[in-house]
Amino acid sequence: LRRPVATFTFKRRRGQLAALSIAAVVIIVGVPLWWRTTETYRAWLPVSQIKQLAKLQLQLSADVEVVFARGTVTPEQQKKVPLTQTQEEEHAVDGDLMKWFRSYFSVSCFLGADESLHTLSESPCGSLVFYVIPELSLLLPKDTDVYIGQRRTALLRVSSQVGVGRTLEQLLAQLEPRIKQVLQVMSFSHTDVSAVLSDRVRFNPDSKEGIADSMRAFKSSPGYEITFSLLNPDPTSHQLHWDIEGAVQTYIQPLLTKLSPVANFSIDSQTLYYSVLGVKPRFDSSCDAYTLNADSLAHVINPVEARLGSNAASSNPVLNFLLYVPDAHHSPLKIQDHRKQEVPSNAFHSPRWGGIMVYNVNGFYEPEAELPVDISINMAEVMGVFLAQLRLLLGVQSSPPPPGFLVAPRGSSGLADWELDRLMWSRCVENIATATTTITSLAQLLDQISNIVINDNIAEQVSSAVNSLQLAVAELEAGNLKYALQLSKEAILASEKAFFDPSLLHLLYFPDDQKFAIYIPLFLPMCVPILLSLIKMASEARQKRREKLAKKD
Amino acid sequence: MGYFLSYYTYISFGCWVQNMLAAIIMLIFICFCVHFQNTAGQFFSSGHTNNWAVLVCTSRFWFNYRHVANTLSVYRSVKRLGIPDSHIVLMLADDMACNHRNPKPATVFSHRNMELNVYGDDVEVDYRGYEVTVENFLRVLTGRLPPSTPRSKRLLSDDRSNILIYLTGHGGNGFLKFQDSEEISNVELADAFEQMWQKRRYNELLFIIDTCQGASMYERFYSPNIMALASSQVGEDSLSHQPDLAIGVHLMDRYTFYLLEFLEDIHPASKSNMNDLFKVCPKSQCVSTPGHRTDLFLRDPGSVLITDFFGSVRKVEITMEAIHLTDPILQLEDGPMSEEVQEKTYSYVDQLPVSEIIHQKPKQKDWHPPDGFILGLWTLILLVFFKTYGIKHLKHIF
Repeated sequence: LRRPVATFTFKRRRGQLAALSIAAVVIIVGVPLWWRTTETYRAWLPVSQIKQLAKLQLQLSADVEVVFARGTVTPEQQKKVPLTQTQEEEHAVDGDLMKWFRSYFSVSCFLGADESLHTLSESPCGSLVFYVIPELSLLLPKDTDVYIGQRRTALLRVSSQVGVGRTLEQLLAQLEPRIKQVLQVMSFSHTDVSAVLSDRVRFNPDSKEGIADSMRAFKSSPGYEITFSLLNPDPTSHQLHWDIEGAVQTYIQPLLTKLSPVANFSIDSQTLYYSVLGVKPRFDSSCDAYTLNADSLAHVINPVEARLGSNAASSNPVLNFLLYVPDAHHSPLKIQDHRKQEVPSNAFHSPRWGGIMVYNVNGFYEPEAELPVDISINMAEVMGVFLAQLRLLLGVQSSPPPPGFLVAPRGSSGLADWELDRLMWSRCVENIATATTTITSLAQLLDQISNIVINDNIAEQVSSAVNSLQLAVAELEAGNLKYALQLSKEAILASEKAFFDPSLLHLLYFPDDQKFAIYIPLFLPMCVPILLSLIKMASEARQKRREKLAKKD
Repeated sequence: MGYFLSYYTYISFGCWVQNMLAAIIMLIFICFCVHFQNTAGQFFSSGHTNNWAVLVCTSRFWFNYRHVANTLSVYRSVKRLGIPDSHIVLMLADDMACNHRNPKPATVFSHRNMELNVYGDDVEVDYRGYEVTVENFLRVLTGRLPPSTPRSKRLLSDDRSNILIYLTGHGGNGFLKFQDSEEISNVELADAFEQMWQKRRYNELLFIIDTCQGASMYERFYSPNIMALASSQVGEDSLSHQPDLAIGVHLMDRYTFYLLEFLEDIHPASKSNMNDLFKVCPKSQCVSTPGHRTDLFLRDPGSVLITDFFGSVRKVEITMEAIHLTDPILQLEDGPMSEEVQEKTYSYVDQLPVSEIIHQKPKQKDWHPPDGFILGLWTLILLVFFKTYGIKHLKHIF
C-alpha cells in the first residue's frame, strides 16, 4: 500500500524539479541571451560635452594696438606707456546665444617722424594697429579723419585739445567711441555675427541689411567651383577671342590665393554658342540702344542655366560668371536699373548663383566690315566686374564707410587684409555654429531613435568634431584667428561626415502592436506550460501547508 | 513699431506740440520703412534663392500608367516654369514609355485622344525602376547617400531653397505603398522632414500627395515651414480621370489633371498665390475632398506665390561697382610645365572581374535559427517517439 504513494510523490518531485529547472534555464539563460542578441550596437558618444557646446558661448577677441604719434600725447602721459586695457562687450543673439567681444588695447608711443609711420611692420592675422596722429598732420587730406589702410592699419586724426590735462586712461576713454567706430568697419561687429547666425534664428525683422547680405553670400563650404562662360549667340557675325587663362592667372588667382585659408577653389571655363537670353530686349530710342530693364533680369538666368554644365564629381557650390556678347542685330545692349538709369558696369548678379555681364562689341568694327569679325575681348574690364561680383558672392562686406573715412584702394589681389580678417571671423563663427548644430541634432536624433546602430567610425567622427570645436572656441578666445578657422573647418568636416553617414538611415520604425505581433507567437507557447506548472506547484505547496496546519490542530 | 505706438498713446495725453512731433517722427519712420522695403523688399517676400523639386511615382505595372503620367506632367510644368533639370530629382518606379504593352512606344500621354505627350525628348529620370525604394527616397531627402552618388541623384539644397515634393501612387491611412512590396509610413516621412529641418536643408517645403487617403500622410508633420496638399481625406479614395480606349488604361488622376490645368495658366511672371491652388479640384470635379495644411507655415498662404515653389524666379541685384584693374595679362609660360608633365596612362577598371568571381570564397553567412519546416519535422518526430514509447513520458514536461 505504501509503494504507490511513495512512487507517486517521487514522480511528482521529479516533475516539479523538471518544471523548476526549465523555468530557471529560461529566465537565467534565455532572457539575457535574447536581450543581447536583439540589442543594436551603439558606440559611446560624448553627450555631456555636446550639451555643453550647444550653449554656444563664444568669446571673440581682437588685439588692437593704439600707437600715439608725436604731438598727440604730453610727456606725463608718455610716462604711463605701455598700457594694456581690456574692453568687454556682451551681445546676445536670439536670447540664448551669448557672445563677448573683448578687445585688448595695448598702447605705445611712436616718436619718430610722421612719414615713417607707413614703414612699420605688419600685424598678425586678426589684430589691428591704429595710429593716432595730430590734428595738423599732413598725412591725411583735409576733410578725412580716418584713413583705413590696405594692411591691418588705420590712421586716426585727433584734435589737439583732447589730451590736455588728462591721464592716459582718460585720453583713451575719450577716443573710445571713435576707435569703436573704426572697429565696426574693420573688424567683426554684432550685425556681422547675427547675419551669419541668421539661419539659426527664426525670421528676425531687425537688421534687414545684414540678412540680405547673408542671403547673397554663399554658405561656408570647404570648396567652391567657379565657372567662367562666354555666351556667343551670333558666331556668324562675331568671332570672339578671350584670353581666359591669362586673365584668370593675373586677376582672379591672387584673390583666390589670398582666400586659401578660407576655402579651396577650382576654376574652369567654357564657350557656349547659339545661346540666347530668355528675354527679348526692347529698343530705346532715347539712348539709341536695346535695353533690358531690371524686372526682366530675373527671367534671364533660367533658360541659360539649363545649358551650363557642372562638374559632376564634387558637391561643392558652383559660382557661374557669364559674359554675354549680344548679337549684331541687338547691339548695343544696355541694362537699366529700377530708375531707368544706365548701369555703368552693365552687369548684374544673383544671390548664391553668380553674375552676368553684357559686353557690347559693336563699337569695335565698322558696320560694313566683313563678317565674321575677329574681336578680342578686353579682359581687364571684364575681370574687374567679375572680381567685384566674386567679392560680393563670397561674403566680403560691401557697405559704404561712414562719412569722413577714406579707404585705401584694394591692391592687386582685390582684397584688403582687414577684409580678409572680417571674412575669416564670420566664417569661423559660422563654421562653429553649424558644426555645433549638426552635432547636437545628431546626438538628439540618436537619442530619440533607439533602434539606430551607431558604428565605431561615427563615434570617432563625433568625438573628433567635438574635440576640434572645443579647441576652436579656445583659440577664438585667445585671438588666434588662423588656427581657430582651421580647427573650425576640421570640425565642420567631421560633423558633416558623421551626420551624413549612409549607415544612419532610420528605417526601423516599429509600432508597438507590430512588436507584440512578432513576439507573442514565439514566446507564448513556451511560457504558458512553464507558468502553468509553476502555478500548479505553488497551489500544491499551499495545499500541503494548509493540511499541515489542519493536522497540527 | 510697437514702441512708437505706445509712445504715441502716451503723448496723446500730452500737449499738441509733442503730438505734432510724434506725428512727424512716425511719418519719417514710415517713409524709412517704405524705402527699406523697396531696396531690400524683394528679399523678404520669400527668403529663398533657389528652387528644387522631388517628384516621385511609386507604383509599377502597366495598369498604374496614370501615376507615371501624373508625375511626368508635374515635371513638365515645373520645367516650363523654370526649374532646371539639375535641380529636379525625378523618380519613376516603372517605365511606361517603353513598356511592351504601350501601343505608342516612347510616349506617355496625359490627355485623352493623345493630345499631350508628357514624356517628350528631354526627360531626365534620376531614379528609375527598382531604384525607387523607400530607402533611396529617404536617403535623397536626408542627404545620407553613399559618396559615389553623382550630383544628379542628390538633393543639394541649402537653407535658402524652396523644395516642392510631389508623391503619387497607392496609399492608405498613414502609409504610401512603394513598388507593391514596401511602404513608407507618415511617421517616417515626418521624421525625415525634421532631419531636413535640423540640417537646414530647406527654407520652405510644399508637399503635394495624390493618393487614396492622402491627407493621412501629412497629419504627423511637426517641422516648421511646411505646407501640405492632398487629393483626398482620410477614408476617401482618390479617383482617376478618363480612360483612353486606344491605350487601354486610365491616363491621369483627377486631382493632378485639374492641377495640371491650373498650372497651364501660370507663367514665370504670374502673381497667383496659394489660395488659388487650394481651390483646385473642388468636390464636384474631384469626387474626393482635397485637403491642405498650413498651420506649420510661417507666411500667410495668400502672400505665397505659385512660382515660389513651381517656378524658379531668381533674385537679381545690379552690380554697382567694379574694380579697376590695370595690370597687363601675364603671359603663361608653357616651358617648365611640359617637362614636368609625366604622361600617366589611365585605364578603366574591369567591368566584370570574371577571375575574381570564379575564385571567390563563399561568403560567411550569419547563422539563422531553423526554419518552420525543420521545426515541424522535429515536432513530428518527438510526437511519434512519445506515442510509441508511451505517453507517460510526456508528463515529465508538464
